[in-house]
Amino acid sequence: MAYADDVENEELHEPTGFIWKYVWSQDHKVIAIQYSTTAILVGLVALVLSGMMRMQIGFPGSIDMDATAYYQAMTMHGMIMVIYLLTAIFLGGFGNYLIPLMVGARDMVFPFVNMLSYWFYLVSVLVLLASFFVPGGPTGAGWTLYPPQAITAGTPGSEWGIILMLVSLIIFIIAATMGGLNYVTTVLQARTHGMTMFRMPLTVWGIFVATILALLAFPALFVSGVMMLLDQTIGTSFFMPDMMQFGSQLDYSGGSPILFQHLFWFFGHPEVYIVALPAFGLVSDLISIHARRSIFGYRMMVWAIVSIGVLSFVVWAHHMYVSGMNPYFGFFFATTTLVIAVPTALKVYNWLLTLWRGNIHLTVPMLFSLAFIVTFLVGGLTGLFLGNVVVDIPLSDTYFVVAHFHMVMGVAPILVVFGSIYHWYPKITGRMLHDGIGKLHFWITFLGTYLIYFPMHYLGFLGMPRRYYAYEDYPFIPESAQSLNAFITVVAIVVGISQLLFLFNLAYSYFKGAPSGGNPWRATSLEWLTPETPPKHGNWGSSLPVVHRWAYDYGVPGAELDYVPQTTSAEEVPVHESDHDE
Amino acid sequence: MTFAVILVAIVVVSVLFHFLSPWQATPLASNWGSIDTTITITLVITGIFFVAIVLFMAYCVYKYKAVPERRSEYRPENKKLEWWLIGITTVAICALLAPGLIVYNDFVHVPANAVEFEAVGEQWRWSYRLPGKDKTFGRTSVTRIDENNTFGIDPSDAAGQDDILIAGNQIHVLINQSTKALLRSKDVLHDFYVPQFRAKMDLIPGQVTYFWFTPTVLGTFDILCAEYCGIGHYNMRGQVVVDDASSYQKWLSSQVTFADVLSGGTVEGLVDQGQRLASSRGCIACHSIDGAPSLGPGWLDLYGRQETLSDGSQVKVDGPYLIESVIDPAVKIVAGYPPVMVAYQMSDEQLDSLVAYIASLSSDPDNSTSIQPSIEE
Repeated sequence: MAYADDVENEELHEPTGFIWKYVWSQDHKVIAIQYSTTAILVGLVALVLSGMMRMQIGFPGSIDMDATAYYQAMTMHGMIMVIYLLTAIFLGGFGNYLIPLMVGARDMVFPFVNMLSYWFYLVSVLVLLASFFVPGGPTGAGWTLYPPQAITAGTPGSEWGIILMLVSLIIFIIAATMGGLNYVTTVLQARTHGMTMFRMPLTVWGIFVATILALLAFPALFVSGVMMLLDQTIGTSFFMPDMMQFGSQLDYSGGSPILFQHLFWFFGHPEVYIVALPAFGLVSDLISIHARRSIFGYRMMVWAIVSIGVLSFVVWAHHMYVSGMNPYFGFFFATTTLVIAVPTALKVYNWLLTLWRGNIHLTVPMLFSLAFIVTFLVGGLTGLFLGNVVVDIPLSDTYFVVAHFHMVMGVAPILVVFGSIYHWYPKITGRMLHDGIGKLHFWITFLGTYLIYFPMHYLGFLGMPRRYYAYEDYPFIPESAQSLNAFITVVAIVVGISQLLFLFNLAYSYFKGAPSGGNPWRATSLEWLTPETPPKHGNWGSSLPVVHRWAYDYGVPGAELDYVPQTTSAEEVPVHESDHDE
Repeated sequence: MTFAVILVAIVVVSVLFHFLSPWQATPLASNWGSIDTTITITLVITGIFFVAIVLFMAYCVYKYKAVPERRSEYRPENKKLEWWLIGITTVAICALLAPGLIVYNDFVHVPANAVEFEAVGEQWRWSYRLPGKDKTFGRTSVTRIDENNTFGIDPSDAAGQDDILIAGNQIHVLINQSTKALLRSKDVLHDFYVPQFRAKMDLIPGQVTYFWFTPTVLGTFDILCAEYCGIGHYNMRGQVVVDDASSYQKWLSSQVTFADVLSGGTVEGLVDQGQRLASSRGCIACHSIDGAPSLGPGWLDLYGRQETLSDGSQVKVDGPYLIESVIDPAVKIVAGYPPVMVAYQMSDEQLDSLVAYIASLSSDPDNSTSIQPSIEE
């Protein structure tokens, strides 16, 4: 723990002045807020886009949206939600805020790079949003950006929109890399005295492994983005074969569209876990804290996170079962994909076993956590349909897929984001979020999203293809399907508007919320033990905390309280036998 | 208590919805009932886990709701229980995977007696080719495609001469005959998807993909594009007609071969030439010729009509307007249509033939006759 010793001897250079404190800040907590605020704002854009799409699907022609606008909205909604909201908020937001506090560091190890990471992210968002204002508008290529159509004339935004999209992604990846190197190095190098790897909260484990995945997976997207950019601008043929465009020969030759798909999904599947693993980590902590029970099978949980991370790199082609790749790949990828279900299922069991014989407080963070389990369960189980190659064949590219991935990597992680914000908001602001508004927001969001996505699977069984602007005159689709779509739209609009409750709560409670004190949830991990709330620059005052135990000592027999902070020494309360490191 | 009740309600409602909802798989019309069976197996196994897990959660929430002064049990680990759970899960996963892979093995092995047809996709329409009497397709290349050779067949390849070319959106197949669909795209990715057949596969420019099925029900089924292919994706429809032997032969005998096209291509009139051009350049993918709604203005009765443009002005649809709209489509957009058409380069003769063809679709005799003399060769 040489690093921790060094840090204690260093002077703190607290920034002065508004600009250095809140704008060009190198403080991980400020950067975390900047990341989260930007992500939520751009996420609202994506939410509005989805509402517009749902109006067109549920009530065709009700808003003035043509096919061009529909496909542009679809593309921007998907890309913003996956990359610019979820990836950014889990790594840049929660990662930044929680890693140094949870491992007992004063800050990230490279604060300046950390600041640059945010500003690159902001530029990437601005470049992306700028595409709404260029000739032809944003790209409508679908969030997967499959060539050739992404850069040929039949797709909206194939001239300017796609260029801005690719440039924005490239800038985002630079931002994510700078942030990611920081998170990994901080976890490996800057843990405080006594904070062994196997004493870290699962939040840190989830974000740590997700960041490693990001560092390994994003380069695949980076190179495919650069290659497509070259295909589009100077006429190379990385992904472009000999082909026609509306009856004329194009000047491309010899490229492979399917190569892009392999590169994209080599990034794209780990990306699912870049979003999911932090959510797994965060929700593990929420469940344990609010059930007042030690997390069940901590080491198994860690190994599950690690093995999911490793396996996530050998399952990518399950997105490509009907892509025309060599069909024999299907045997391999179906097997690896179903294998990944085992460690994932183990995590679900362990969350349930943490509830079992606990002392469950149905606080707002806990409600969101339980809702996450239900939603993730549905999304995970439907993943077993799509992962099993032959079952996927009729369902791929139908609404079953839309329902599945919204459940598993849209709604489920967002529920964790909400739960976590309700949970850590008191540490960030010193005030509690309003409980009543929080519960109303919870019920509308949880039940609403279930009503949206559970029935949607059945449109997929029916065979309704996704990415359709309209469904006129398809005899196999019964009229009742339109009624179901109208129902889904109504619920979606209600859920969308109800998010204003959340925004209002954030703003209202900042000024009027009940003072929280330093540790309102009576939690054990280090971020709740800071000398001040909100934590000041440098987090820990004059000396770093010293850790004597894991983060899950709830309900320890013989202890005075039902929780034992990580800084409590083994003499005061004995350390559990499984915590045998050190 | 409330939360536990709602969890139970979610389970009950979800299960009831599954059995009572009117939205179920479209009736099967191919041999792939085995795929439906794998879906059923997956539904049963995942359904059991769903019900068990949510009910257990409801039980925990009900039974272990917070009570002041009570402590939770302190038992961070139970290795034996965890290994049991891993074991049960692994068994369930195998029960899903094994039947899936067995059926998939059938899917990737095309029966030796399968007959072949080729489906060619382009934005946003289908055409088809049959191998002809020699049961061998002629070589093709995208670089050979032109107005007289819309499939890009190599004229020097003897195997291609008897290939049967079907330019319309409709293909016929024979009932109870194993059929291999070879798939080829001229431009972007597409996907050949007939919901009633269950099977589907992408079309990729630059390579030939395939899948097989045996149609088992007579009738006409929609072919949908299931891989996003640009703005007309949702409207890229074809049809597959499943025939008995006699209707199939009757249909087959009325089709033309590549050799017919090569030899007969020079004697057609201007309207025929325009029709062929409209088909080969893909115009009719976005401009319907039967009055059906389409991405761009339909051509039925278009010629001679007054149209309102997006800037509010009026225009009478005549030869010069149509020609301008082909070579510089963005200038005058008819109100209500998206400005998505790209500029086409065509010779004057081609433009005249296209105008003649569009005029021929107009029922107003004044208009359709008035144009003809001025452009007759």
